[in-house]
Amino acid sequence: MNQWPYVLISYALSLGGIATYTWRMLRRARSMASKVTEEDRPWT
Amino acid sequence: MTSPAPSSSTETTATSVPRRPTGTTFSRWLGIAALVGMTWLVVFGLLLSPDDDLQKKGVRILYIHVPSAWLAYLAFVVTGIASAGYLFKRTRSLIWDRIAGASAEVGVLFMAITLVTGSLWGRISWGTYWTWDSRLTTTAFLFITYVGYLAVRDLGGSHHQRAKRSAVLALLAVLEIPLVHFSVRWWRPLHQQESVAEGKLDDLMLFSLFVGIVSFTLLYVWLVLHRQRVLAMADAVDDKGLDGALAARRAEQEVAR
Repeated sequence: MNQWPYVLISYALSLGGIATYTWRMLRRARSMASKVTEEDRPWT
Repeated sequence: MTSPAPSSSTETTATSVPRRPTGTTFSRWLGIAALVGMTWLVVFGLLLSPDDDLQKKGVRILYIHVPSAWLAYLAFVVTGIASAGYLFKRTRSLIWDRIAGASAEVGVLFMAITLVTGSLWGRISWGTYWTWDSRLTTTAFLFITYVGYLAVRDLGGSHHQRAKRSAVLALLAVLEIPLVHFSVRWWRPLHQQESVAEGKLDDLMLFSLFVGIVSFTLLYVWLVLHRQRVLAMADAVDDKGLDGALAARRAEQEVAR
């Protein structure tokens, strides 16, 4: 049984899932930041 | 010909939005470290790791599967601790609730990765993607519980109502973790017992696993840091929306008089 496809799919789905989640979160961050004032972003 | 509508206050602030609104110098360095770690993990996992005598190339899935499972546990424990922080009157603050929500969300992501990689690994090792053994079933149940927790957070109400009901749920949900972890000892399922604790891995495999755990931990901290800031901004937007609606209502009442 060739195991490489299972290994590669595991890595691709894991890294792809993390990348998609991160991208959506950062996009939402930009969207939210445009609606709040600087006082609502005390970390900046 | 109509003149352009005056820009609202939100549009005015939009011009001053930084490129990375949730980033700080610390989080940037943390993000870079996480990225380097993940790259390192892929190189070790796919190129440098030796094959296992028994599992052959399938062992490479271990370097993602085990760290994601451990980090999911950690994320759910942090959710529980932050929820307790909110419920405890002396420390009551919405920041605890946001940390709990952010950590649970990242935990669900890691748990999903655990289930997917475990399923693919199961296909290699057992010849099936899924079997109803105790470890797999309790893990799936834990995953569904925290998906439910995230749904409960979105039920509406004030921020404190949301925080209170989700904190209670988180403190109940965290009790499932020992059940999942010890299921391999209590019920002797198809799923293997702890390979790391029993010293079944050779040096390079153990090092690759260590790289995976460090990388996933850095990534977890980075994601939670950013996510809880996004939640803080979303709460601020909600508050502004409520304030605006109240002001409009008062203005209507004034006009009616």
